[in-house]
Amino acid sequence: MMGFELVRRAAPSRRMQVLAPLQAVLLTLMAGLGLFALLGQNPMHAFHEFFIAPLSTANGVSELLLKASPLCLIGLGLAIAYRANVWNIGAEGQMYMGGVFATGLAIHFQESWGAFLLPAMIVAGMAGGMLWASLTALCRARFHASEILVSLMLTYVANLVVKYLVFGPWQDPQANNFPLTVEFQDNALFPLLAALGWEWFEGTRLNLSIVITLVAIPLAWFFCQRTFAGFQLAVAGVAPAAARYAGFSASRAIWMAMLASGGAAGLAGVSEVAGPIGQLNDRWTPEYGFTAIIVATLARLNPLAVPVAALLMALLYLGGESVQIGLQLPKSISQVFQGLLLMFLLGSEVLVRFRLRRRHPTAHAAPSASVSVATAAGEKAA
Amino acid sequence: MTPPLLRLAGITKSYATVQALAGVDLDVRAGEIHAVLGENGAGKSTLMKSIFGAVQPDGGVIEWEGRPITIASPVAARSCGIAMVFQHFALFESMTVVENVALALGERSSLSVLASRLTEVSSRYGLAINPGQSVHRLSVGERQRVEIVRCLLQSPRLLIMDEPTSVLTPQAIDQLFETLRRLAAEGTAILYVSHKLDEIRRLCDRATIIRQGRVVGTADPRQETASRLAELMIGHSFPQTERRAKREGAIALEVAGLDVPADGPFGTALRDISFRVRAGEVLGIAGISGNGQSELLAALLGSTASAAHSVMLGDRPVGALGAAARRGLGLALVPEERLGVGAVPEMSLAQNALLTAYGQGLVQRGVVAMKRTWAYAERCIADYSVRASGAGAPAASLSGGNLQKFIVAREIAQGPRVLVLAQPTWGVDVAATAFIRQRVIDLAANGVAVLVISDDLAEILEICDRVAVLASGRLSPERDVHATHAAEIGRWMAGVFIDAEVVAA
Amino acid sequence: MTLSVTPLVASAIAAAIPLLIAALGELVTERAGLLNLGLEGMMLMGALAAFVAITHGASLPWALLAGMLAGAAGALVFGFLTITLQASQVATGLSLTILGAGISSFLGRDYVGYRAPATFETLPIPGLADLPVVGPLFDLNVLGYAALLAVVGVWYFLQRSRLGLHLRSVGESPAVARSLGLRVNRIRYGAVLFGGAMAGMAGTYYALAQLKMWQEGLTSGNGWIALALVVFATWRPGRVAIGALLFGGVTALGLWLQTVGVGVSTFALASLPYLATIVVLVSISADQQALRRHAPAALGKPFFDGD
Repeated sequence: MMGFELVRRAAPSRRMQVLAPLQAVLLTLMAGLGLFALLGQNPMHAFHEFFIAPLSTANGVSELLLKASPLCLIGLGLAIAYRANVWNIGAEGQMYMGGVFATGLAIHFQESWGAFLLPAMIVAGMAGGMLWASLTALCRARFHASEILVSLMLTYVANLVVKYLVFGPWQDPQANNFPLTVEFQDNALFPLLAALGWEWFEGTRLNLSIVITLVAIPLAWFFCQRTFAGFQLAVAGVAPAAARYAGFSASRAIWMAMLASGGAAGLAGVSEVAGPIGQLNDRWTPEYGFTAIIVATLARLNPLAVPVAALLMALLYLGGESVQIGLQLPKSISQVFQGLLLMFLLGSEVLVRFRLRRRHPTAHAAPSASVSVATAAGEKAA
Repeated sequence: MTPPLLRLAGITKSYATVQALAGVDLDVRAGEIHAVLGENGAGKSTLMKSIFGAVQPDGGVIEWEGRPITIASPVAARSCGIAMVFQHFALFESMTVVENVALALGERSSLSVLASRLTEVSSRYGLAINPGQSVHRLSVGERQRVEIVRCLLQSPRLLIMDEPTSVLTPQAIDQLFETLRRLAAEGTAILYVSHKLDEIRRLCDRATIIRQGRVVGTADPRQETASRLAELMIGHSFPQTERRAKREGAIALEVAGLDVPADGPFGTALRDISFRVRAGEVLGIAGISGNGQSELLAALLGSTASAAHSVMLGDRPVGALGAAARRGLGLALVPEERLGVGAVPEMSLAQNALLTAYGQGLVQRGVVAMKRTWAYAERCIADYSVRASGAGAPAASLSGGNLQKFIVAREIAQGPRVLVLAQPTWGVDVAATAFIRQRVIDLAANGVAVLVISDDLAEILEICDRVAVLASGRLSPERDVHATHAAEIGRWMAGVFIDAEVVAA
Repeated sequence: MTLSVTPLVASAIAAAIPLLIAALGELVTERAGLLNLGLEGMMLMGALAAFVAITHGASLPWALLAGMLAGAAGALVFGFLTITLQASQVATGLSLTILGAGISSFLGRDYVGYRAPATFETLPIPGLADLPVVGPLFDLNVLGYAALLAVVGVWYFLQRSRLGLHLRSVGESPAVARSLGLRVNRIRYGAVLFGGAMAGMAGTYYALAQLKMWQEGLTSGNGWIALALVVFATWRPGRVAIGALLFGGVTALGLWLQTVGVGVSTFALASLPYLATIVVLVSISADQQALRRHAPAALGKPFFDGD
């Protein structure tokens, strides 16, 4: 920053709104090359292994979509919440509860409910996520408690609820004391796309739950850009005093934001337990609920950009798995990439509202407390 | 001849979109009270901040006692002997007077030593203050005393006063002028920034008039007429508002026995407020901000609920209703803060039209009617000649006067039965001020009940039919504006009527 | 089943110390107007740095220094993004937690499962340490005594020192502080770095005094509880100490109930600290007036030094 200073722009730069996320991705990739080199790997080879190899097979692409789908779903919900300046960071816990509610139906009614079981599980999962989120909404709207802390604390509690169930009442008796439930029957699982006759997906785990995500994207966009309720949320987010003046209820905004994001997270929970996992166990999520925070932020809370951000984060997961197998690097490298990406993004965003200018010559004197005697004219702006 | 104490030559400063200063020359001599006169947005504040080191000019020369200097920071300014009393006081609410003073002085004396020096200086200039008091318990006038005493403790050679009287009662203004004259007599130079002509003519020895960032003249204000100064200041003769014939109708807004708790730890509770506004008349509520104005506004708007019958719109009790419901019953309101309350800074004018005009068919089955919303905003822009690039322009890109015109237009276009305006022309340029005041008068003439809450007494006397004063959360008796005078209102602003009531009871 | 109070107090204090250290650091940061939600991330980085240092032969003081520097490094990133680059404090704090968790789990993979070769052991004060009930207060390790001193130190700094007055004024209104000539950004960087170093110290406590080993996510949400503690304490150091003891007490009670084997699931008992945090937040936040009276007025709001 030496020799430069920030100058506030008259209005946010639309160009930088697009360029800032791209710049952040680029910086992350460069940092990645450096990181691989530091780890003693050939950077280009590792880069290929991380970002290209996972996408070189049909199965790789389907795995990407399989991970991107729940990330996108949760990210859409969080984008809506964050627009209202409601910082739900407990989507992880709301997703657990979605999975728990769906599992409850799956293991208790799989004989009796037939074809209605899966639709019922979808509804129950969404309700579970919303119910868990509503606890946070209640604490925030009624008692003004910080939604950040409450939703996060409830995530730890939700994790313990899952543990209690899979170590206790819901444990599969045949599981040799492993913490997992019985495997779901077919009527409690999303049908595989391959089984629906799409040959391209033959041999992949991609399932029908992706349809939920594909429907949710335009819905979320319409809600944010076209409905009055979406407008009210946005006003509550950027100018709460203006929302009060206009007569928009603050607690309604909180409830809507929490229920939308909790419902989306709950749905993501169903799509996992009734999808690739096929049961409930104590460690079934690779922290999609937290990663989706990055997805929403990277998309700058724009619902149409959320799918792109979700694909990128899904690629980071796959890349981590790929270098773990191919190069014996720890999988948690993808978490480092996630964190770096977010940091670079936040740093790049400064250019949306500010521009860089070469520092004014007189400003160098600024830190000194004394009065400096300057020659007459040499103080023109740069 | 000795050089002037301070001389500025060709000072320029630009911000992102505007050139605030376009080459300003100014000189100030020791012992004189020198006015810097200009209307809102002329560049006065930027100029003063440049002298005080809070803003770095882009170009030009500053000379102090004949030597060119760079004033890099407020600390540097103070070490030369330049002190400044800000328009919005630079005080910390939650701290004590002496802590506030200590923060401004660079020296390392202990708080107790400082407190005794503070008491000494304040009593020498008749500016009594208690060093141990928390600032948030002080009245506005007392806060200004703290600011002035804080400056005096630095024995300044130049004291800058930025719009110092906007928050004072007429009596407190007299007191302030006495202090300033005494300081000048002791040799301190005073730069007095204002747009109030009569005050400048009473107080100042010389005046430099600036308009759009340039010096347009210097004058001896005691030799010039107010209208000549005004012409210099705004570039044309002063626009006058025209009164219309009065047609009083039924009571449209009635407030009866309204009690509201204080808004936050630094607020003022309202006690037993009662008044009525008839269709076709303008009632003014004068008083200094911070005496319950924001609480009264919130209670009228509906963001604070009160007893149902304490606020009536026509014959409907609305005290328990929210803001949206009251708007549906014909209430419109222009808040004091434009950016962040009256308008969302980063949203477009079209979106800002939707903010309160949603009831005008702009929303259909929960979906925003984009074309209608856009057209509504364009109509407001055209009807009030708002200078903006179109309905898509963000609110933050408009000047204060233009944004205020847009907000007033948006509210009036909803066809309200009752219009409440808070500080309708605060920080607005002269032309826009006259325009807004005329629209308000016309609106009343067309049968709308109008309530104006303002601390600008001249404004109240110009556009209102009747006036009452809000002080310490109590409302004074009402007077016809023609049957009262500034001195009476000034006493009420200081809360004198409250004691009188107690005596009467 | 007998309840003996003194061991319970001892275990409550042991759980309270790291919360106290982290919360005191965050308190100073917040009094300067910055909300750093990255506490958990900085604690994890501090914990790993201290453990790595001790494993590679550093002495305890050097390991502590490494831990504090790692925490401060995380805080420096936070400060650069929020103070210099004007990024959102909430978003940056969250990112710091994600990044801290990622980096510590990535770099810490080779250290999982080993015991620390040297650890902070208790230094009982003769005579006092054997007192009933309050005895454990005089039977702490060096970090524990430092935490108690820090309560007084932070109080004195904020309420009595000139720099503390400057720091409070910056948290009250940075714009006004700047107009008075204070170097707002420098003071804010200082406050953030102090918060980071304290978080690093708290992390060191987990790695080298409590668990005496490194494991992924070893702070298990205590950074967030420390954040809640600052609100609970309404930004006052003395009340942070009381709050930390209360939370330590809840944790200790849960552990004790597990060992005596009451008929409650261990998972329910383990959730006690988190539930207690929510209860406390709700009860404290319900009185908005009181909270607003004590909260630094500029907390979490952006301030740009260049306008």
